Amino acid sequence: MTSKNPLSFQLNTDDFLPASDEEKQNLIKMRPSISFWKDAMRRLCKNKVAMISLAVILVVMIFSFIVPAFYPYRYAQQIKGSEYLHPMTYSEQEQARMDEGEKVFPHILGTDNLGRDYAVRVMVGSRISLLVGLVASAIVLIIGSIYGAVSGFFGGWVDTIMMRIVDIIYTIPDILLIVLLSFALKAPIAKLAVRKGFGWIQVMGPNLISIFIVFALLYWVGMARIVRGQILTLKQNEYVTAAKALGASNARIIRKHLLTNCIGTLIVTTTLQIPSSIFTESFLSFLGMGVAVPLPSLGSLASDSLNGLTSYPYLLMAPALLISLIILSFNLFGDGLRDAFDPKMKS
Amino acid sequence: MEDKKLVEVQHLKEYFPVKGERPFERKYVKAVDDISFYIRKGETFGLVGESGCGKTTAGRTILRLYEPTSGKIFYDGKDITHVNMLPYRRKMQIVFQDPYASLDPRMTVGDIIGEAIDIHHLATNAKERRDRIVELLSLVGLNTEHANRYPHEFSGGQRQRVGIARALAVDPEFIVCDEPVSALDVSIQAQVVNMFEELQERLGLTYLFIAHNLSVVKHISSRIGVMYLGKMMELADSYELTFHSVHPYTRSLISAIPIADPKAARAAHRIVLKGDVPSPVDPPSGCRFRTRCPYADELCAAEEPDWREVSPGHFAACHHLDRVKDEKPVTD
Amino acid sequence: MSENLVDIHNEKLSFFTPAGEVKALNDVSLYVRPGEILGIVGESGSGKSVTAYSLMGLTAHPGRLTGGDIYFNSHHINRMTEKEMRRIRGNEVSIIFQDPMTSLNPVYTIGNQIREVILLHTKRTKKQANERACELLRLVGINEPEKRMKQYPHEFSGGMRQRVMIAIALACEPKLLIADEPTTALDVTIQAQILELMMSLKEKLDMSIIIITHDLGVVAGMCDRIAVMYAGKVVECGTTDEIFYQPSHEYTKGLLRSIPNLYEREHKKLVPIQGLPVDLLDLPEGCPFATRCPNCMKVCMKHMPEYTYLNDSHYSACWLLDKEKFMKKQRGALT
Repeated sequence: MTSKNPLSFQLNTDDFLPASDEEKQNLIKMRPSISFWKDAMRRLCKNKVAMISLAVILVVMIFSFIVPAFYPYRYAQQIKGSEYLHPMTYSEQEQARMDEGEKVFPHILGTDNLGRDYAVRVMVGSRISLLVGLVASAIVLIIGSIYGAVSGFFGGWVDTIMMRIVDIIYTIPDILLIVLLSFALKAPIAKLAVRKGFGWIQVMGPNLISIFIVFALLYWVGMARIVRGQILTLKQNEYVTAAKALGASNARIIRKHLLTNCIGTLIVTTTLQIPSSIFTESFLSFLGMGVAVPLPSLGSLASDSLNGLTSYPYLLMAPALLISLIILSFNLFGDGLRDAFDPKMKS
Repeated sequence: MEDKKLVEVQHLKEYFPVKGERPFERKYVKAVDDISFYIRKGETFGLVGESGCGKTTAGRTILRLYEPTSGKIFYDGKDITHVNMLPYRRKMQIVFQDPYASLDPRMTVGDIIGEAIDIHHLATNAKERRDRIVELLSLVGLNTEHANRYPHEFSGGQRQRVGIARALAVDPEFIVCDEPVSALDVSIQAQVVNMFEELQERLGLTYLFIAHNLSVVKHISSRIGVMYLGKMMELADSYELTFHSVHPYTRSLISAIPIADPKAARAAHRIVLKGDVPSPVDPPSGCRFRTRCPYADELCAAEEPDWREVSPGHFAACHHLDRVKDEKPVTD
Repeated sequence: MSENLVDIHNEKLSFFTPAGEVKALNDVSLYVRPGEILGIVGESGSGKSVTAYSLMGLTAHPGRLTGGDIYFNSHHINRMTEKEMRRIRGNEVSIIFQDPMTSLNPVYTIGNQIREVILLHTKRTKKQANERACELLRLVGINEPEKRMKQYPHEFSGGMRQRVMIAIALACEPKLLIADEPTTALDVTIQAQILELMMSLKEKLDMSIIIITHDLGVVAGMCDRIAVMYAGKVVECGTTDEIFYQPSHEYTKGLLRSIPNLYEREHKKLVPIQGLPVDLLDLPEGCPFATRCPNCMKVCMKHMPEYTYLNDSHYSACWLLDKEKFMKKQRGALT
């Protein structure tokens, strides 16, 4: 194999001059900085299903939090004579008023048995369901991650005891506990509700309080186990030893090195916890253990609609559809987040 | 180099419990089993050995990253075996082997170095902190703009420099270098080794340099200790150890190192050991090396050899040192 | 040309990843003669392992050959189907990998794994395959092979596992053994054992070996010829003595200067190669070593150097060599 004629492209003596350091430096470029978040967000944005789910979630949020403020009807407002209206129909009184020239906003989803506009009740109902879902998940996140982090970090006896407690908690039947608690707490909460500043308890109802208490007592265990597992793997990493060698306190290591590296898992697990909490609340409200009247929740609306289901099926369809939509979109979005944060997909 | 002893260990032992085969059986991995040596201020002490010899454990135990099972650790004359290490974390630091695992992937390079400053409150305001980080980055040959980047954007050699900058952030006197170049490409190893030497000159550092590559260790260290299965086999000046070693393990280790010189490689007289390294959970009785040693006999199985000074500053533990002396050297 | 066991002509191979095209091999040419040991030396990203894998057709999606030809034992490798490749893998050419911990399947016994290769390529009964497996274990220096055959990989040490890998590789007496960093994960005393074993087996079985490593000491002791690779290109190739005593490419020279010599009598400062390893996603035009070369010229940054033959066996890709020729021509033209 002989070398080709070097003069086959134009070379001159200048080309053989040594290159300066500057010229060499110019050839070296560093790729633009991509942080972990940007990389994950980029992947997430490419995921069509996740983006559609996010859009649905945002629409539902607007629908439940913002729209009712501008809606002409209130959720507790009972309009006499307008009971059990089908969607987009008017009662006789309303018809009369319209004939007189007054503008009456249509009942898009009809009305319920007490003449309350159903659309706004569904909106407020989904607001309550979402709030309960979010608050309950926040409780689970905070308690679960701290418990799991402490247990995983210290290991040994601490870990063994803490995990046995978790095992015991797993065996407690949650629904039973909720029912018992709501019966037990009814009287004390009622007493508390009349005191100054606690009026909101009356609005929420003792059942809802029991639900939150039970979430704080029982539902964090799943998160704790997951976080503990993550921490156990992460603490083997050498950067944890490096932090120890620098003199970092245990709290600092857990906060800055361990939990921050779990954030992907934490976000995903919490996002998937939300639909589960919403479902639990809906299901409990359906059983009558949820929010207090007249505050609607999607579950209680569904439950109430069972009377007269055959004549007024729309009363069940709207809340049921919305529950399904909310849960599905959170689940799909959570899956999308999990894929986006998954380091194995990194190229 | 002064004569003052900066770091000293006496009869240091580090055992790790492992599950035995039968229930309730307690077994130990005797990672470090009674070693004693000292390091003078300003010198580089090399610790070599193969996998399982306990050199990494020894280095980390000296920093109290593992609690010693028994024995004493002295720093600058003070017994630090059981004290609160926080003030000593400023004086004794460590650089790790794996440049990929030793940096938190979620923190920027600036924050990684800054953490050291934050923990020990070495900067009174944000500007001081920033200045110090920039100073450290340039000390290890990195640019200011690198401070805002994440570890995964750098090559192995650059990450290792970040690790070194982090160790230097607290202004230490003593650094344990735990296989700092083993995971790097050959051409980068030379850069990093040179940097270690320059930093030592500039900042007056004392190093404990742990590696399995004897060539690198000999290049940078003034004295070297050879470990095998938790015990120290030989200790001497670098030159003395390379050309006048007396312990059979050291000699076979030296002869096993491939020589990057074809003529010398062809002429070399190799001592090829038979067998594998025994398990550190059940080390051989007597002299640990006897299962692979060409000179082993009943005495070696019955009694552990004493740690003896064969010539000034040159120690070894072997029953048959006189026989080894008669042997042909590895190369001339 | 055709007596060479292996002939690679201008091979170009890229990995098409979501991040872009990684040009792993950028015009690689090598040859291996029967019965010789070729060492391929390079650092991470040099393409040394990829070259060997492409020889066995193991570079699957997203890797794709984008140019060149590969010939092995009169087979035209890049034109063969997967089915045809499977017949030669393990049979005419075998490979042993770096990490003996993960190269063996933990759920099968050692005997099973050796038998698998034998039964796949030869027409033997299970009993005959067992005998052959014991024979192979003895060949690689494992005592009590009958007992060892029934054991699982986790019961073996690193060095023993590598011996088992060698036994599996040699089961069908291949003409070529590819050893991809076979001793990098092993202790140096075990490394010496394995390398000695490989040398003796090469004599016994009369096969060629391609040994891939970053350790110049290993190739100095073992190889007949050495190819030095950088950023997907063979920058220099020659006999072992030529590479070590008359290195021509700046990268080779740089490597030799930067390794500490155990036997030096006085402390000589290491002369490292400046700069950082190259990013294969963003290869510069021109010589990939340009930014790190102490003698880099303007032409080096613009054009990829051609190979210059220093003698029949020694060639190097560097504009500095062309410069001499060029200068001579210029002077000749002027006079």
